[in-house]
Amino acid sequence: MAKAMLIDESRCIGCRACQVACKQWNDNPAEETENWGSYENPPELSGITWTRIKFNEKVEDGRIKWLFLNQGCMHCTDASCEAVCPTGAVRHHGQFVLVDEDWCIGCGYCVAACPFDAIHSVFKVTGGGEQKATAQKCTFCVDRVSNDLPPACVKTCPSNALVWGDRDEMVVQGKERVAALQANGHPKATFYGEHELGGLHRLYVLADEPSAYGLPESPRHATANVASQWLSGIVTAGAIAAVPFWLLFKRYRAAEEEGRISGGGG
Amino acid sequence: MREVTRRDFFKLSGAVAGGLLLPAERGLIERIPQFPLHKRIGETITICTYCGVGCGQIVSATDGKLVNIEGDPDHPISRGHLCPKGVSSHQLATVGETPNPHRLQAVKYRAPGSASWEEKSWDWAINEIAGRIKATRDANWIPEDAEGHVVNRTEAIAALGTVFANSEEAYLLTKLVRSLGVVFNENESRICVTSAVTAGSESVGRGPMTNHWIDLSNSDCIMSIGCNVAETFPIAFSWVEEAKERGGKLISVDPRFTRTAAAADIYVPLRTGSDVALIGGMINYILENELYHEEYVREYTDASFLINEGFGFEDGLFTGWDADKGSYDKSTWQYQTDEDGIPKRDETLQDENCVFQLLKKHFSRYDPDTVCAITGTPKEAFLEACQAFAATGAQDKAGAIICSSGAAQHAAGTQMVRSYYILQLILGNIGVAGGGINGIAGASNGLGCTLQGRLFHVLPGDVPMPAAADESLEAYLNRVTPAPATMENVISPWTSRPKHAISVLKAWYGDAATARNGFGWEYLPKLGGNYSFVPLFEAMKDGTIKGLLAWGMNPAVSGPNSGALRAALQELDWLVVADLGETETAAVWKCPGVDSTENQTEVFLLPAAASLEKEGSLMSSARWMQWRYPAVDPPGEARSDLWIINRLVLKLKELYAQEGGPHAEAITNLTCAYGDPPDVHLVAKEMNGYDLTTGALLAGPGALKDDGTTSCGNWLWCGSYTEQGNMMARRDPVDPSGIGLFSNWAWCFPVNRRIMYNRASVDLEGNPWNPEKAVITWNAAAESWAGDVPDGGPAPGAAYPFVMKPHGRALLFGMGRVDGPFPEHYEPWESPVSNPMSSIQSDPVLKAWEQQSGTRDQYPVLATTYRLVEHMHTGTMTRNSPWLVEAQPQMCVELSGELAAERGIANGDRVTIESARGAIEAVAVVTKRLRPFEVDGQVVHQIALPWHWGYVGLSTGDSGNLLTARVADSNTMIPAYREFLVDIRKVV
Repeated sequence: MAKAMLIDESRCIGCRACQVACKQWNDNPAEETENWGSYENPPELSGITWTRIKFNEKVEDGRIKWLFLNQGCMHCTDASCEAVCPTGAVRHHGQFVLVDEDWCIGCGYCVAACPFDAIHSVFKVTGGGEQKATAQKCTFCVDRVSNDLPPACVKTCPSNALVWGDRDEMVVQGKERVAALQANGHPKATFYGEHELGGLHRLYVLADEPSAYGLPESPRHATANVASQWLSGIVTAGAIAAVPFWLLFKRYRAAEEEGRISGGGG
Repeated sequence: MREVTRRDFFKLSGAVAGGLLLPAERGLIERIPQFPLHKRIGETITICTYCGVGCGQIVSATDGKLVNIEGDPDHPISRGHLCPKGVSSHQLATVGETPNPHRLQAVKYRAPGSASWEEKSWDWAINEIAGRIKATRDANWIPEDAEGHVVNRTEAIAALGTVFANSEEAYLLTKLVRSLGVVFNENESRICVTSAVTAGSESVGRGPMTNHWIDLSNSDCIMSIGCNVAETFPIAFSWVEEAKERGGKLISVDPRFTRTAAAADIYVPLRTGSDVALIGGMINYILENELYHEEYVREYTDASFLINEGFGFEDGLFTGWDADKGSYDKSTWQYQTDEDGIPKRDETLQDENCVFQLLKKHFSRYDPDTVCAITGTPKEAFLEACQAFAATGAQDKAGAIICSSGAAQHAAGTQMVRSYYILQLILGNIGVAGGGINGIAGASNGLGCTLQGRLFHVLPGDVPMPAAADESLEAYLNRVTPAPATMENVISPWTSRPKHAISVLKAWYGDAATARNGFGWEYLPKLGGNYSFVPLFEAMKDGTIKGLLAWGMNPAVSGPNSGALRAALQELDWLVVADLGETETAAVWKCPGVDSTENQTEVFLLPAAASLEKEGSLMSSARWMQWRYPAVDPPGEARSDLWIINRLVLKLKELYAQEGGPHAEAITNLTCAYGDPPDVHLVAKEMNGYDLTTGALLAGPGALKDDGTTSCGNWLWCGSYTEQGNMMARRDPVDPSGIGLFSNWAWCFPVNRRIMYNRASVDLEGNPWNPEKAVITWNAAAESWAGDVPDGGPAPGAAYPFVMKPHGRALLFGMGRVDGPFPEHYEPWESPVSNPMSSIQSDPVLKAWEQQSGTRDQYPVLATTYRLVEHMHTGTMTRNSPWLVEAQPQMCVELSGELAAERGIANGDRVTIESARGAIEAVAVVTKRLRPFEVDGQVVHQIALPWHWGYVGLSTGDSGNLLTARVADSNTMIPAYREFLVDIRKVV
């Protein structure tokens, strides 16, 4: 049964417990930030910030609304990042779009291709002291969920705005909630993610239209236009060219580091 | 791209080897891949150290290093959730692979005139500190005051803190400082919530939250006023959201459109400092439209009591005002009594001198137009809120108020919260499930620490301190013990005060406390004035106070007009600070503008253990006492507060035994047999108390005696650790009550009563007003109550519910207050407008230490301070947590687009904010969430400043409190942090 995260933004209080819980479970360090005239920080998702809250203010009929959007990898069914990855490092494992660090060559194509700006590269220092760029993003805490535990952000969410469950059920729940919101003073309430890009696994109950939250109304696959097709061609060529070298490099490094690095729990 | 060094835990290599360039497993998209957990999820239970909600945490450690912390799924309040501060607690101990670099790992010492810290050993530090204490105390001993009263005190040493320590640690700190004769003894509670507590004591008998977090979900309408509950107490807010799910309404009253307002059904903006007008208007709306709970008002409040015919009110002043003295003669604020001294009543509530008619008359002046002209609230929003909240006056409905320091920290703070109580009492909302006044203490153990006697005027359990004029134990007990009730059906636990006081003395002085020496009463210092927070700093400034123990408290950031307080700190001979990291108080010699070579203060900075590193209890704001266990060892040489204080007590006892000194027996006879390292269970048991004839732990406060045969460190804790075991450590997740009482989870004061004044949830026959959410029910056959622990066991009708009040009724007419029996709107000390209600501009008895206020011309903008979810108080914990600093990195100021446009300020600009006390810089957050107010035909701009920043730590910035004033509510001396005038301009 496919799982999904249902994010009820009408319940979100923007406290950012999800943001911190994500860093806590995934051992991601803090970024150096500056207040740029907003509560919103870090200013964007990054290789060490896999989820964050975007703050939006909107005045409608003289009434102020403060809208919070939880952002992170959508785990799209038609995932652009996967499509453009030259080495196959980014790919689906079940519904989860995951990055295999060992295979990632840090080319950044996935970073450019993601319509939600949810995947980013970081330099990681390996056990051998070597610097290596890899793409990083939300994994839905795959180790937690494969052990029947909710992702860290869902577990911590004080207002139960984040729920983890069977996708079919989440879709039903989300639509019911949207209908209730529409009937209770939120005529523009929207359910987001059911069909976008073949179906997202981060599903949203929005109390307003997607644009009020800064979400693309109709996100597009990276290869959905000519430019992207070009990109795809380059990607394919790049992949074919790069892989033999990469394999050699990997073998060299593996030999160099043998016995020194443990693969950890993963 | 950023350079990262982190544990390479999460490689997926094994899982996908061989998968290269194969198509994605679309056919298998339903499958969850299997990965082992990359780190352990822990089983050590602790309670979060941040706010007063008391959330459960489970912690795991590997090789002694903390690796994971998350919510305790069994915990009935937090249900596995944690807010950003709670989940960041990981970084209190560890950042990345190593201990948080801002944690102290060794004792640090700063010599007079030095520009740096030196590391020292614990033995050295304890010896030196004990030596300083003894020398200062002995040289400044006051055996008698000017009138010749024996006072046995020293005014040369002050103690401040704490609200984050465990209750046992706070208890031992009080024991230490009182044995030394210290009278300048205060904690954060004074400057945070004392007015709310006093308003509660005056109105219903006690100050803490009447109900509890889970119970908020039983509410039909919740009004959050003077509290941004979603921001400051996110887990508590989950219960507000649950009430909303069940059809309840949320009203958010706040000058700013906050996170709470964003989730509210009704948002009511009001100008800061105008709560009495707003709530007065609601009271008027309810009385005029007869929406009050009549039977409740008649039977359970003083509404029917007749007041002296001479009582009156005119142009902002109640009768009895003495302009020369600047105080009220309260002789007309009294009941008419019969020959037995019993108040006369008119149960029809028609007599013009009855409290009900006086109340009606007083608040009739607060009509909607007048109210909105004062508060700046749109009339529509005001009326919508009136209607929604007044609906809870129906017998089967319940409305709850949530308030916190936003209500309390005003010059009229006590009267503001009094107005909330009056509103709740006329609606019959106190004592019922889903009702009450939930006055939240911000810190995790604010309540538990404060109740250990961490305020100058009290001993543990709120037993009043002896005063100079008390000639003997008997005289003292007579003064502090109310006369037995004169009315029928009144229980008054206060008449047990001699039992409470003597049992404390027996706990402190054991066999040395005998009938002959007044059970050790002679060892206690006797008060001779007001030793509260601001006067304490005045005494520091003038050199009276020479040494300060600052236990987890950071007044250099938290105090009003902190510039003045920092100047006072510079005058100290010696300063001891125990904290997790360097604080602005400890580093006052590094304060901007100070030449450290000029500063002659010796500073001892002691590395304290964090909550995760020690065992003991803490009391949530909702009165639950919960037990926490250590998950990891403190870093380096850091030690628990209990360990440090215990060492100090033992050293001082040794010094006084060897060398003697004035009144040395007060120290040498002090009991302190907890071992070294101390056993926290022994302290907890001492607080609970023993039957000294059998040695058994006491079962509850009913067993206390005043003949020296019982000991009890704190009568409010009596029953918390009994022969049945440690009641605070109970974890029964079952809730037979069905209304969320969870009576067998932990233990609460008083006597495990989860909803206080619950006899008011039933009518005189014992039938619950709302049978669906019955708190207690009378079982006639068994002649006993079922449900929560009732406020006194007598049968229905045989006892009145407000047992702590002299007549068993709650008080609408608060004659105990210094500034009036009813709340009245006055303008803040600094206000942009003239008082529209009367010619009396500000509270006539408010206390100001500032020489002069800022004028409207110079400082035309109204300002308030506030808290952010990511930061805690002075930031010593949170400003050193990289994850929290990442989310809220800098001191900022919120202002409206309108004001920004007037001043040419763009979002993100650096701005200067200036008051008559000082100037600070901050980043401008220009937001639609703040709007100018129209007050009495005039545009009033209001800005808001978080107060968490200071000059040491990972994230530094200017402190909001450099702008606030040393102006206080005369009822409690709580500073008016939330109302002052400033000007704001762009930094050029």
